[in-house]
Amino acid sequence: MPSYVEPAKCDGCKGGDKTACMYICPNDLMVLNVQEMKAYNQEPDACWECYSCVKICPQGAIFVRGYDDFVPMGGQVHPMRSSDSIMWTVKFRNGQMKRFKFPIRTTAEGAANEYPGERGANLDDECLLLESNLPTPAKLA
Amino acid sequence: MALPNKPKGELAAVITPEIAEHECDVLIVGGGMAACGTAFEISKWAPEGLKVILVDKASLERSGAVAQGLSAINTYIGENAIEDYVKMVRNDLMGVVREDLIYDLGRHVDESVKLFEEWGLPIWKKDEHGHNLDGAKPAKTLREGGTPVRTGKWQIMINGESYKCIVAEPAKKALGEENIHERVFIVKMLLDKNKENTIAGAVGFSTRENKVHVYKCKTAMVACGGAVNIFRPRSTGEGKGRAWYPVWNAGSTYTMCAQVGATLTMMENRFTPARFKDGYGPVGAWFLLFKAKVQNGLGEFYANSPDVKEELGKYMPYGGSPVTPTCLRNHLMINELKAGRGPIYMATEVALNAFLDDMRAAGNDEKSVKKFWKHLESEAWEDFLDMSVGQAGLWAGMNIEPEKVGSEIMPTEPYMLGSHSGCCGIWTSGPEEDWVPAIDGPRSHQYKWGYNRMTTVNGLFTAGDGVGASGHKFSSGSHAEGRICAKQMVKYCRDNADFQPELAQTAQELADEVYAPVKLYHEFKDASTAADVNPHYVKPAGLMMRLMKATDEYGGGVATYYMTSGKLLNICLDLLQMMREDAEKMAAGDLHELLRAWENYHRIWCVETHIRHIEFRKESRYPGFYYRSDFPSCDDENWKVFVNSTFDPKTKEWKCEKVDCVNIVETEPWI
Repeated sequence: MPSYVEPAKCDGCKGGDKTACMYICPNDLMVLNVQEMKAYNQEPDACWECYSCVKICPQGAIFVRGYDDFVPMGGQVHPMRSSDSIMWTVKFRNGQMKRFKFPIRTTAEGAANEYPGERGANLDDECLLLESNLPTPAKLA
Repeated sequence: MALPNKPKGELAAVITPEIAEHECDVLIVGGGMAACGTAFEISKWAPEGLKVILVDKASLERSGAVAQGLSAINTYIGENAIEDYVKMVRNDLMGVVREDLIYDLGRHVDESVKLFEEWGLPIWKKDEHGHNLDGAKPAKTLREGGTPVRTGKWQIMINGESYKCIVAEPAKKALGEENIHERVFIVKMLLDKNKENTIAGAVGFSTRENKVHVYKCKTAMVACGGAVNIFRPRSTGEGKGRAWYPVWNAGSTYTMCAQVGATLTMMENRFTPARFKDGYGPVGAWFLLFKAKVQNGLGEFYANSPDVKEELGKYMPYGGSPVTPTCLRNHLMINELKAGRGPIYMATEVALNAFLDDMRAAGNDEKSVKKFWKHLESEAWEDFLDMSVGQAGLWAGMNIEPEKVGSEIMPTEPYMLGSHSGCCGIWTSGPEEDWVPAIDGPRSHQYKWGYNRMTTVNGLFTAGDGVGASGHKFSSGSHAEGRICAKQMVKYCRDNADFQPELAQTAQELADEVYAPVKLYHEFKDASTAADVNPHYVKPAGLMMRLMKATDEYGGGVATYYMTSGKLLNICLDLLQMMREDAEKMAAGDLHELLRAWENYHRIWCVETHIRHIEFRKESRYPGFYYRSDFPSCDDENWKVFVNSTFDPKTKEWKCEKVDCVNIVETEPWI
């Protein structure tokens, strides 16, 4: 189900340093055509449908159309992602719609504690940060 | 009009790229769960001034196997004994595993999961009535003693759409954004010019600008995932992208480490997961959370039939465990399909309606049954929407509602990996502990040589899919393993403070090698009017199809129901030899194509190790993953051993050998 870009909505991220879809695609598929200032998926048959580009696009310009070699036409799955939840709209080929909302994060973006300044104790044992008294196997062969 | 022949991509490649040289103490190659674990942990051990650089071919926020998200964490030990975790992994992988690595992972993994929760990952909990709460509801954390929602013995449910973003954030903060080089694809690890068998650097290129990056380092970790698109997939059109494992995993981990002489282990192992057909959506929640069963085309729930019990009896002790090993479950499914009793269905409608029937039988009114159903339906869809949206798209396109009709499941094309239910990878040292066997001989036979998770090459570490003979780590275990490497690399730097890495080749020589496909393109592009048809070169896309055709037909792919033989494997090796030669004739007109060229190069090497190992092992260790027609049984008497292989970078020769497999945890009872 490769992603595609709706030209009317894509503004090429206004030619900024980071075109959002190009920045995020794990497989280097999304590219910006600078003349047209529009992004596109340059290799649809290498698209994993991970939806990273769909979720990040600030214009909501990216959608997904089912893989043409096995998905009948007409259905669509589309997300709206906020900082703490995601809302999915699932449209069936027969027109039926379903909506699902799930939490995605319980802390504010940027708030993950990287334990700055915290130090491990002894470089020569096997304990990692916050660990002590590591177990050893019982019930040996 | 295509004339004159022009590069297809937006970022054309030039013959003379810029060169950037970097020096650091520690180089982290990869950006997935393992690399994020390393990036987080290393700042806790590094002395002031230790320079660490992480290089990722994508962007850390959404790279690696967890880019899309996950609906479960498959390894959380919790209330269980670590010894039982070892027993489970050992049995699932048919007895030939490194129990020291597995036990060691088991004692670190929970700490990673607790950190994930602290960082913001919503983990489902049980309330005091035993009902499921999603991860955003107030409940005690795991660290505070909260009860996660177990599906299987080792799995816990999460709301994991943003799993990777959440794990990447503290990794970035801990390392500092200036030390993270995104969109740089490392293609070769480099040995030291003076010191034998010692890592000294790496080379790669930017996929955003014409620039080659050369790194010098004292120690490095390579963790770039497994290998995908190495066998012809069932969907060969657009759907080729809907691989089960991430389509950007190109076997780089195995190839880059093997090429500098790191010993590989169990490369014969592969994973051909049985998944929902075409969309490759996960089946774990269906089996474990919803208690669904598989049905053959005759409507029979064949899994408990007397025939099946008899078949499993041929693979003792593995077949006798309450949870049948993954490969044997595939084997049973393949037997049904070969006998014409397909298709195989996941009876989703039977499973979901059983819950509702139970509700009604317990005296609940229709209103509360309906409310329960809304929750259940949401759980069922979230499983796909969190980690395999394409499967939800397929259901939408096919008008499939899981409560009304079952869905077909099917074993996929083979993948290579070391962190899921597979165990191919690199032979590494275990922890420096008394209970890890001390064995005489070269490192390729030993279980420990001073630095946990170091490969047989000095200073070269690996984690996640990279570490062989130790599967079932999954996302959490890969992160924990990355953290193990972090501390060990700092220790290695301390112990080798005097080491001054020096590369054997100049930066210019390395740049020429990396950009060879670009040079070839410019030299010959005008020999043809077609972009992809040229007598002087081959394009990466074409060569990948050639690779997948050869492996599928001769290496035991879906074309032959995973059957191969010594004869077929040797044909495959001949074809691979020519492919390896022709890989030098891959041409790239733009930077995206250059990325694909090097990925293919990694794929070809990686597959060759796989085929060599299967050829060497004269038995069928993993029925259901692959079969050798000339040695169709699982032969514990002669082959309950590791197969390790080493490529000598000087002589360019491969050596395959048997290595003893030592049990650490009791074998009576086996499970």
